[in-house]
Amino acid sequence: MNVKEYVVVDHVDEAYQLLNQDKKNQIIAGGAWLKLSVKEVNKLISLDQLSLNYIKEEKDFIKIGAQTTLRDLETHPAVIALDHGILSDAISNIMGVSIRNLATIGGSVMGKFSFSDILPVLLVMDCKLYFHHKGEMDIEEYINTRRLDRDILTHLVIKKNNRKSFYKRVAHTALDFSMINMAITYDNLFKISVGSQPGMAMLCKETMALLNKNDKITENLIDQALKIALKELKLSSNLRASQAYREVLVKAYLRRGIMQVIK
Amino acid sequence: MKIKLNINHENKIYEVEPSEFLLDVLRRNNYTSVRRGCDNTSCGVCTVLLDNKPIPSCSLLAVKADGHKILTVEGIQEEAHKLGKHFGDEGADQCGFCNPSMALTVYSLKLENPQANDDEINQYLVGNLCRCTGYVAQHEAIKKYLGDQS
Repeated sequence: MNVKEYVVVDHVDEAYQLLNQDKKNQIIAGGAWLKLSVKEVNKLISLDQLSLNYIKEEKDFIKIGAQTTLRDLETHPAVIALDHGILSDAISNIMGVSIRNLATIGGSVMGKFSFSDILPVLLVMDCKLYFHHKGEMDIEEYINTRRLDRDILTHLVIKKNNRKSFYKRVAHTALDFSMINMAITYDNLFKISVGSQPGMAMLCKETMALLNKNDKITENLIDQALKIALKELKLSSNLRASQAYREVLVKAYLRRGIMQVIK
Repeated sequence: MKIKLNINHENKIYEVEPSEFLLDVLRRNNYTSVRRGCDNTSCGVCTVLLDNKPIPSCSLLAVKADGHKILTVEGIQEEAHKLGKHFGDEGADQCGFCNPSMALTVYSLKLENPQANDDEINQYLVGNLCRCTGYVAQHEAIKKYLGDQS
């Protein structure tokens, strides 16, 4: 890794200008993945002096600064209270405490990692991202937009909901990337997402539509939902797991998750 | 670039490259209890405390640590000695390569959650690998250390 210059900015607009000056300039968030993802950088732009490390609890939502560490999120009472702790639970299973003291929510979102254990969870919460230039963007639109302008994420807003939830990740070891991960929230309506397909996390919209238009969730309906889920997901094989194994995992845990949240 | 660090309660000023990681700077300046293992955040032997929180020094750019407080195992000698005694009593020591990082992580667990139960201890140590012992004796030693009021 070769970084020519490290620049600590005093204003977010300064960071935005620098980022768009040169394709080889880059923002550093926590830096946990820097070593594995970055080769050549002209200016590495630090947001450390912008006071973006905060969690503010308002009446209906929680506002989270982009530089907030995963560990601070995971242990914050207001985050633990969201949708029966689904976000805190998912984060607490990401590698070890020391990595979570480095990695930030901003870096986790902007990295747009397909192995992310956080993106599937944000998809089933009511989460909006706020960029310096572009302003507000829904998390799903962000994930589905292939080419985004170079912009700076300043904060996230998550609506305070208290829905029942289910989160599952399956991995070879505690430190390995997920073979599959899955998030469900439910309050008469289902929101279901699957990530590490190994491709990017997505909402299972057709599956959700089927479940949501039926008042009674029966075994038969769940069987149908699983078929639709496997059809709309883009499961495939990689080094960690075959497509066939991922299909088995999705079927088993989606059934379990649905049963758990309607209990 | 010049950075200021407070390492083990002493103020230091170092000249560092923007690409250098904290681990490289510490080892170059003779803090050799901080080890290089996997060098990519998986093994935990490079752990130091940054403002009392464990972080993998192999993956924190040195420039990002500017102005912060760093502790290596030499900075927590009294606590490391206590933990070392419990490790010895339980037969939890083998090669010793991971001990400094283990001591720092366990010390920070004690600061954060002195009443940690078995699950919480396991969760907290996920990122600290020991390739010798199998963890059972270490777990017993850590439980005794957390209960040690001396």
